[in-house]
Amino acid sequence: MSNKHVISLELNGDAVEFLCEPRQTLLEVLRDILHLTGTKEGCSNGNCGACTVLFNGRPVVSCLVLAMECEDAKIRTIEGVACDGALDEIQNAFLEGAALQCGICTPGFIVQAQALLDENPNPSEDEIRFYLAGNLCRCTGYDKIVRAVQAAAEQRRAATTAG
Amino acid sequence: MAIADKPQYNVIGTRPIRHDGVDKVTGRAMYGADFRMAGLLHGVIVRSPYAHARIKRIDTAKAAALPGVRAVVTSDDLPQHGARQVDLGEGAVSMRHLAANVLTDDKVLYRGHAVAAVAADNVHIAEEAARLVKVEYEPLPPVLDVRAAMQPDAPILNDDVRTVFAGAPEVNADQPTNIAKHLLFEKGNPQEGFAGADLVFEREFDTTMVHQGYIEPHNATALWNADGKVTVWMSTQGSFTAREQTAELLRLPVSSVKVVPMEIGGGFGGKISVYLPPVAALLSRKSGRPVKVIMSRADVFEATGPTPGSHIRLKLGVTKDGKLNAAEAWVAFEAGAYPGSPVGMACMCVFACYDIPHARVEGFDVCVNKPRTNAYRAPGSTQVAFAIETVVDEICTELGVDPVELRLRNASRKGTQRVDGPTFARIGMEETVEAIKASSHYMSLAPQSRSPDKQCGRGVASGFWFNAGLKSSVTATVNADGTVSLIEGSTDIGGTRTSIAMQLAETLGITAEDVHPTVADTEGIGYTDVTGGSRVTFSTGIAAVRAAEDICSILADRAAALWDVPADQTKYENGGVTGPDGKRISFKELAGKLHLVGGPVTGSGISGEESQSGAFGTHCVDVEVDTETGKVQILRYTIAQDAGTAIHPSYVEGQMQGGVVQGIGWALNEEYWYDEQGMRNATFLDYRMPTCYDVPMIETIIVEVPASNHPYGVRGVGEVPICPPPAAIANAIYQATGVRMRQLPMSPPRLLAELLKS
Ligand code: FES
Ligand code: FES
Repeated sequence: MSNKHVISLELNGDAVEFLCEPRQTLLEVLRDILHLTGTKEGCSNGNCGACTVLFNGRPVVSCLVLAMECEDAKIRTIEGVACDGALDEIQNAFLEGAALQCGICTPGFIVQAQALLDENPNPSEDEIRFYLAGNLCRCTGYDKIVRAVQAAAEQRRAATTAG
Repeated sequence: MAIADKPQYNVIGTRPIRHDGVDKVTGRAMYGADFRMAGLLHGVIVRSPYAHARIKRIDTAKAAALPGVRAVVTSDDLPQHGARQVDLGEGAVSMRHLAANVLTDDKVLYRGHAVAAVAADNVHIAEEAARLVKVEYEPLPPVLDVRAAMQPDAPILNDDVRTVFAGAPEVNADQPTNIAKHLLFEKGNPQEGFAGADLVFEREFDTTMVHQGYIEPHNATALWNADGKVTVWMSTQGSFTAREQTAELLRLPVSSVKVVPMEIGGGFGGKISVYLPPVAALLSRKSGRPVKVIMSRADVFEATGPTPGSHIRLKLGVTKDGKLNAAEAWVAFEAGAYPGSPVGMACMCVFACYDIPHARVEGFDVCVNKPRTNAYRAPGSTQVAFAIETVVDEICTELGVDPVELRLRNASRKGTQRVDGPTFARIGMEETVEAIKASSHYMSLAPQSRSPDKQCGRGVASGFWFNAGLKSSVTATVNADGTVSLIEGSTDIGGTRTSIAMQLAETLGITAEDVHPTVADTEGIGYTDVTGGSRVTFSTGIAAVRAAEDICSILADRAAALWDVPADQTKYENGGVTGPDGKRISFKELAGKLHLVGGPVTGSGISGEESQSGAFGTHCVDVEVDTETGKVQILRYTIAQDAGTAIHPSYVEGQMQGGVVQGIGWALNEEYWYDEQGMRNATFLDYRMPTCYDVPMIETIIVEVPASNHPYGVRGVGEVPICPPPAAIANAIYQATGVRMRQLPMSPPRLLAELLKS
């Protein structure tokens, strides 16, 4: 048995501590130790984006991050996207625009789209497609996903101007 | 665009938010891999590094001795099946083959073939243990090409395979062979037909093996309880077929196995066969603990059921005025390690779009040293659509006829007989062609090349898929607050909870939101066939309508009791019951009073239609070919498809768009890179599926020619959209460059090679 290490980090706004082995990825820790199974595993080698989480605000594929690299990091997962029980604009836009079929890619897309809209509140279709190109969806053909992100961006901009 | 006068519906045709939506956008939905329970062990499968080898010895002692390992199993732990044949819904299959595909006995037939399995306290220990299982192999020469495998001197994969002849004359029927099936269909007199044609085109095509590419890997957790009952929590397209397969493989009565379908992350036909449940169950029996097994992505590529590569010869005869007069096809499909490719369906589909008086088609199901193939969205139809639709395009070019006009001239319609015998009911082939003809895309100017090395072109192609009927069960219970709980057996891959709930709601005259659908396990609902064959909205929909009608008639009786009038004087209509003297009570109001008049109300419905009427689609695509690199960019894409009646248009569009993009991947990039060592590109990086940067928006035109055998006219929509894209794109490439591509994928190196030749 390899040595276990204590890691402390901020997860979806809460201070969290866990024990992990050096070989365990952030994805494995999220799913198997912390039981946050909203972050999905599609390939475990960085190619599908289903496991995307925000690491200090930047989107990363959590299957390629070792849990031990996360000491003191701020991690946000799909479970931390809705605030106080209210869905985020992106989540709402995915629902209203039928931007999911099987839904296995959806958490990854929503987290990646969060990062996009934080960086660029008014992305063009091309910018959206480029930014989401690391996330695979096999069901939707991407059309409704791109439209949902466009709709969410518009919603957010409207909310900011109104507010 | 609705063709017939469409009845006014309240719920059908609207776009409510799907019932499982919030769970799926918040990460709360429980997929197979998310399942956990106390004492859970993790299993890993030991797989073959060879494409073809005899197993001489398996030594599991070292693996079993590793601390934390709780069980090791091999095929010795699986029951023997002898020559047993069992019908698991798709014709008789050899149980020996099914069992050997789950855990092989004496030979491995493809790289990734399961040889043994271990269960341990965690997945890392299980992986270490799997590496400690020593397997001694005697490598054998593999055969990887479908035509090579048909040669008399080819290495034989399965000693027990003999050719099954269907319509074809018998030759060497008692010889071991890789040709598991030889089919022949004929209509009219092809020889005369070709003699009567002014022009005859004969072409050959090759397509490679491709994978469904669902993002969620296969998974299963099994518990073999001390009472002998096995429970499996898994991702599956059909909990009942998974139960039957698991029970048959373990030689248990079906009632000893319960399958709990978890949410499923895509299937497209690839999650019907079971791979993991029997193995997880054996590991559980040995360890006395629940065991979860999840495939790696490489396992998914190497050891599940992709769709066959093929070799196709196709011949078409046409008169000068553009009437298709005779057709002939010779279709050989890679079955993979064990028999069972969809070549029969390919043969039935190949000419289905057209009314051709004389036709003949021959098909071969051929074993090769690749994974055992399985269904993939309109199984078999895409390969043959690529062949026929490009030859049809060649005819258009040769005769100078617009591709849309030629298709209209020859389109199958009501009464057209397919080459395999059946005659079409009212279908919408013509209407989809008309829809493309009238589309803003087709009416727009064809794209203009930007520079000499960027050539543009436009292509058109059509496609056909049967759509399956099969069996479904639904039960529905009226709640006191005027809502309905609906229980169904169809696993929901793409929003079918909602399309089923909408049909129940329409029938009862309530809202979609007032129906609460649940997918039950195999003990919570009656038998239901797989989510596949584009059948759920059709078939489970019929069951839901029948369950609703059941409720309507019970409610009419209850209202009669409430009003104290004879039961034959009340009637359920428009969301409530009407009675004599203008009496009227709404569904909601009556629901609240049921406890006073007879108690709970539950309706049930089953369906078991033999078949549906077919689905047709016609596509139009603009491409830009980079003649320096051979890379093809999709500029614009429009799909017109007959949905019969679109229950939830957003999810109909979604099926069309998703199918098209899978078709684009198949057309341009996806392929199994296979050599003697096995698959060389078993990752998503190297098996290049389309990303959202590769494709444009997919424009959809829903054509509605209601099907006569569904109460609301539904036709399945899931599968046919994948059929036309490879041919449509090939035709567009021809328009752009003058090069006819006859092999898939039309990847940059292949296209560049052809461009350089021309
Ligand atoms: S699971 Fe991490 S990228 Fe696929
Ligand atoms: S919705 Fe199934 S993979 Fe995206």
